[in-house]
Amino acid sequence: MNHRRLPFVAGFLLVPIVLYAMYVVSPFVQTVFYSFTDWGGFSSEQNFLGLGNYAALLGDEVFQKAVLHNAFLLVLMPLTTILIALFLAFLLNVGGRSDSAGVRGVRGSGTYKVVLFFPQVLSVAIVVVLFQSVFRTDGLGLLNATLIKLGLVDAARPVQWFSNPDLVLWCLLFVMVWSGVGFYMVLFSAAMRSIPREVYEAALLDGAGRAPTFFRITLPLLRDTVSVAWVYLGFIALDGFALVTGLTPESGGGGPNHASELISNVLYRTAFSQGKFGYACAMGVALAVFSLLLAVVQLRVTRRERIEY
Amino acid sequence: MSSEISRRHLLSRAAALAVLAGPAAGLLSACAGGGGGPATGPVTGAKSATNPLGVAADAPLDVVIFNGGLGEDYAKYDESLYSKAFPNAKVSHTATQKISDLLQPRFANGNPPDMVNDSGDGQISPGTLVNNNALTDLAPLLDAPSIDDPNTKVRDTLLPGSLDIGTYNGKVFILNYNYTVYGLWYNAKLFRDKGWQPPKTWAEFKELAPKIKAAGIAPFVHAGKYPYYIGVPITDWVAKLGGQKLSVDIDNLVPGAWRNDAVTAALEATLELVHNGWVLAGSEGMSHTESQQAFLDGKAAFIPVGSWFENEMRKTIPPGTELTVIPMPSLTDHDALPYGAVRAEASEPFVVPSKAHNVNGGLEFLRIMLSKDAAKKYAELTSSLSIVKGSADSVTTSTALTSANRIATAAGDNIIHFRSFIDWYKPLRSEWEAANGELMAGRFTAKQWIDKVQAASDKIAADKSVAKYHRDK
Repeated sequence: MNHRRLPFVAGFLLVPIVLYAMYVVSPFVQTVFYSFTDWGGFSSEQNFLGLGNYAALLGDEVFQKAVLHNAFLLVLMPLTTILIALFLAFLLNVGGRSDSAGVRGVRGSGTYKVVLFFPQVLSVAIVVVLFQSVFRTDGLGLLNATLIKLGLVDAARPVQWFSNPDLVLWCLLFVMVWSGVGFYMVLFSAAMRSIPREVYEAALLDGAGRAPTFFRITLPLLRDTVSVAWVYLGFIALDGFALVTGLTPESGGGGPNHASELISNVLYRTAFSQGKFGYACAMGVALAVFSLLLAVVQLRVTRRERIEY
Repeated sequence: MSSEISRRHLLSRAAALAVLAGPAAGLLSACAGGGGGPATGPVTGAKSATNPLGVAADAPLDVVIFNGGLGEDYAKYDESLYSKAFPNAKVSHTATQKISDLLQPRFANGNPPDMVNDSGDGQISPGTLVNNNALTDLAPLLDAPSIDDPNTKVRDTLLPGSLDIGTYNGKVFILNYNYTVYGLWYNAKLFRDKGWQPPKTWAEFKELAPKIKAAGIAPFVHAGKYPYYIGVPITDWVAKLGGQKLSVDIDNLVPGAWRNDAVTAALEATLELVHNGWVLAGSEGMSHTESQQAFLDGKAAFIPVGSWFENEMRKTIPPGTELTVIPMPSLTDHDALPYGAVRAEASEPFVVPSKAHNVNGGLEFLRIMLSKDAAKKYAELTSSLSIVKGSADSVTTSTALTSANRIATAAGDNIIHFRSFIDWYKPLRSEWEAANGELMAGRFTAKQWIDKVQAASDKIAADKSVAKYHRDK
């Protein structure tokens, strides 16, 4: 039986493996190869530079700024998103008053869930257009208009949001968190639902309030889900291309004066505007290495024994 | 203008990023080397006085047009002119927004169209086509007699400098048909109503600005989100005060070229706009369309922008607005260039592929496009100037077009243009833009601006991996 099964299984696997090798593995290998060359992107000619591109990366001020900005987002974005999402999920599922029917969420939680999930169904392009209006730098912007009406901001000096080097990264962070919270709230909600009610009821009987219930019961039981969310959010924080390109000033984004450059948009500009594909590939490889390191570190730190229930 | 359009096309950029990570980059290079189908050689006909390029009268003509902001109607008109001249030739018209997707395989396989308007987001980089010997040298066309006057060569019917951008090592491979003029725009009706005179000198501007401000209008607005736009008037001043020699030195990356008193004076004048509060609040973060709309809404009196303005904003221009463009005011009474000097450049590339079946037909099509009749139709349909001298002289339907035509004509040979920080060296452009943004936000002094841009220029000059360009005039 076994000798007949092998070709059968292999037959099924062959096509996906070939496709995977052609469209996933081969581009990775090619990117690594091109990162050692001075390929310009529009011809089949290139010279081998060895580690030259990587050495240049070490001395590239703009790239280094981009790495720092990504690090800023990498630390704050997942943290903020997860905290808010956890808080909301807790309120929506077990934060309400308990009554004879048992543990439940706050009143109207169904509506809140839809409202909070809404940003997730918007494409990035729409999010960009939306926040272009919210963060307009003249008196017509949603935020500026409100602040001016409230008398908090002088109409002659509206807040410059994305055009202010001190604010631009915080604004990006805000948009990223806004668009991410809904999805992770739903993810955590689903995980919370799978926690048996008896556990909560037992805690209630023991007289635990909301905070102890959350920290002693919910959070430990959600550990796996949170750590996966952390890795995903980390990847998003390392990307950010569409947002920074669409929302921040200067050609291709990253302004003002490089205050919001991210690796992804520096990479894009290097390849497609400056025609240095080899160098851009080196950036891409560096970014891939960062991402892998992130995943390894994150999963190691959060790894521990599963709790069965 | 095309780079500004592409900025808006966020998704195509995101898709392109995916391409970088994906295999297409590799396939691209594979394709580039994989072409070269059997070339049958171009068809030719007998040359004559009415057919100076030797077009085969019955050979089909294959035209591909980029269907963007300028539309395709002007090309259809030009095709009808071609059909009139060669009734037996079948003219096929293709309009697309994705030139590269459509034509990359045809170029690679050696059966490209006979004439291509290689423009837009999906443009095939003209430089790449030139480097791959994929384009026909346009010299026979330029030296042929023009349609309107057999005693004048086509070359001599064009506006000054309009062939510069399409010239590679002395040969013209690309005909940039559209002529873009840059300057300071105002609403003539508003000025007439208020009794204001558009300024010819910086001193006049400074006298007028407080009056405008007192009327509740900001004297000036610019597209601060993309500081390229404000960089144009700043460097107009540099050229006007410092002269053509300074522009050439700057473009040729001459050491210390930016450390010139003319540059300092231009920057100081710009800073006066900022520090006197003459710039519309919030301009720093406005996109080009937002700033143009703010101007049209009457919130600002002047905006520096190119002659695509009317065409781009057509849908939202309030009735009664008389868009009018004037040159940047003279900075001092001892400027090196006269007041009338303006920045102008040819754009919108048209090419004849070297492997086209009907090369001569493609060239003839361009010759027809450069006739007075076709150029006038182009001005009417697109509210844009073409590189044909006098193309818009008889078009009076648009104050924007009329004034652009007037200042382009009045400028004569006093055309300002820069290449190094506009299109030659993108890393330099990026730093120059950043410096402009900082200047307009009041975070940079003139000296800091010069230090930053000079350093970026020096860095390009010292970088051996960057291919250098040069201009003599």
